[in-house]
Amino acid sequence: MNIHEFQAKQVLGRFGVPVPKGLPASTLDEAAKAFETLGQPKAVIKAQIHAGGRGKAGGVKLIASAAEAREFASKILDKPLVTHQTGPEGRVVRRIYVEQASEVARELYLGMVVDRKAESVAVIASTEGGMEIEEVAAKTPDRILTEPIDPVIGLAGFQARKIAFALGLKDKQVGQFGTLIAALYRAFIETDASLIEINPLVVTKDGNVICLDAKMAFDDNGLFRHPDIRELRDANEEDPAETEASKYDLSYVHLDGNIGCMVNGAGLAMATMDIVKYYGAEPANFLDVGGGANSQKVAAAFRILLSDDRVKAVLVNIFGGIMLCDVLAQGVVDAAREVKLNIPLVVRMEGTNVDKGKQILKDSGIKVIAANDMADAARRVVEAIGQSV
Amino acid sequence: MSILVNKNTRVLTQGITGATGQIHTRACKEYGTQMVGGVVPGKGGSDFEGIPIFDTVEQARRATGANATVIYVPPPFAADAILEAVAAGIELVICITEGVPVLDMVKVRRYMRGTSSRLIGPNCPGVITPGECKIGIMPGYIHKPGNVGVVSRSGTLTYEAVYQLTQLGIGQSSCVGIGGDPIVGSGHIDILKLFNADPATRAVIMIGEIGGSAEEEAAQYIKENFKKPVVAFIAGQTAPKGRRMGHAGAIISGGRGTAADKIAALMAAGIAVAMSPAELGITMKNLLDSKAA
Repeated sequence: MNIHEFQAKQVLGRFGVPVPKGLPASTLDEAAKAFETLGQPKAVIKAQIHAGGRGKAGGVKLIASAAEAREFASKILDKPLVTHQTGPEGRVVRRIYVEQASEVARELYLGMVVDRKAESVAVIASTEGGMEIEEVAAKTPDRILTEPIDPVIGLAGFQARKIAFALGLKDKQVGQFGTLIAALYRAFIETDASLIEINPLVVTKDGNVICLDAKMAFDDNGLFRHPDIRELRDANEEDPAETEASKYDLSYVHLDGNIGCMVNGAGLAMATMDIVKYYGAEPANFLDVGGGANSQKVAAAFRILLSDDRVKAVLVNIFGGIMLCDVLAQGVVDAAREVKLNIPLVVRMEGTNVDKGKQILKDSGIKVIAANDMADAARRVVEAIGQSV
Repeated sequence: MSILVNKNTRVLTQGITGATGQIHTRACKEYGTQMVGGVVPGKGGSDFEGIPIFDTVEQARRATGANATVIYVPPPFAADAILEAVAAGIELVICITEGVPVLDMVKVRRYMRGTSSRLIGPNCPGVITPGECKIGIMPGYIHKPGNVGVVSRSGTLTYEAVYQLTQLGIGQSSCVGIGGDPIVGSGHIDILKLFNADPATRAVIMIGEIGGSAEEEAAQYIKENFKKPVVAFIAGQTAPKGRRMGHAGAIISGGRGTAADKIAALMAAGIAVAMSPAELGITMKNLLDSKAA
């Protein structure tokens, strides 16, 4: 789960990470008032969307009065902002963050991630702040320092110093950085974060180290421990179909093709998308109904698939292990009746109770194109939309 | 021979009275697995369909001589269940549970350093040696005893591969689902090493997916050390960047972990990569036939 910059700064602030003072605003009045409340000669207004590249896209501006705050807010609020990460349709800016301006002497990069290979949290630091770290990794990998953290010891003092010196910090900044990174690590562990990215971490002209930007993402599997973090979810930033799917504990990702796919198991679901493409068509989605799906869940999955009007045919591919084929078949029949299915439906089933399942489909009177195996299913669904294989 | 489990493996179920634990303990027992005990704190002294239940793993191991355990407990308690099994000296710990927080796994893996336990999973279907021992949630009947090893990050896609093999008359030595999470107890290479040393395994199917670099590392290992033919498939060729595809570990982040990179690494290591998931079985058959000729 991702959150907004202003939310990340609030979370980090609670752990004692130094962040500039700021206030969120969703109306012009709030924007003007936020500027006055901050009481600083200058402030920065930043569009709050779940995407990077806001500065270059015109979503960030330095302002010096409440009137300017109001004016810039009127230009970006409730309008889409297109950055290199949003896609051409952009994301609607529903909130802005009014933050005290900082005078920047140096821009650095500081990140924390779960390092799969090291099986631990790792700090990633670089002197190349303000750039995307992937770009730095590709162009100048020697400017990136990766430091794994022992989960028992925690972030050791020497590691904090090592990173501080690698970032070229000196004098009181080294101590400040030590406090900052210790708080950052505590925030990571205590919120079950999966990513914290401070880009840039800055040294101000008066020599202080602060987090100018902040991005946080959380491990979905850890959210049950953090109801407060879960509250920060912004459904506006998510595909409505994906939000709907998550209510039924379905794993759904919207794609751009026209073959709707319903599969059990993530690996098989990806492989089903791949085989659709292999036979020359494009999958409309990833959808894993999971192992313990009942017919209600299958029906919900169907509704979500068909809510995308680009879908021209549906491919159901189930390998019943925990999931019983007869339960699946009943779910498909119920859903097809409920939604009055009027596009081709190809079903491939294998596994536990497969014969019962096939019988249910046969007896239902619903027009189902039965497939023998995965390749047959993919060929038939591609043919069903009038494409040649 | 086989790897990890065989007809002598004595298995505990942690979480034997939960819905999932019940269904699969019963199915594994019917398959012929020696299900020797269950662990449910507070229910020690009772039994599940004749299988004795204990309060702790340690008590269960002492009383039954179990050398393997399978965990079905819910995600908030799964890491603790693994730790308990490791502390009790169980050699093989298989965690089926999906949804374990990744930071819990960081602690588990640290705790396991220097111990003699091996962890499979979490978020995996389990391990089966066809005809001898099934531990986990895979449908037993699609398997057939034989000489092809299977190692996979996926559950149902593994069933698909096994089913294709069996349909072609090719049996399996052992099939191991290593799990779809970012941090798992055993990786592709750990399992490949076991298959390398197993005289009953003639060839291996390796199924990977997008995210991380485990398949690239496995490709390097295979090139340098693996003596047997390998067929591979990578799921997620059509997956978009930056989106988690069901499995917590299946995400292309920072442009890395793509199927294209993995396939290129596997091919460079001389591995037969099936481009369609429907061709896993036939690719293996052709490979075995060409070796026999």
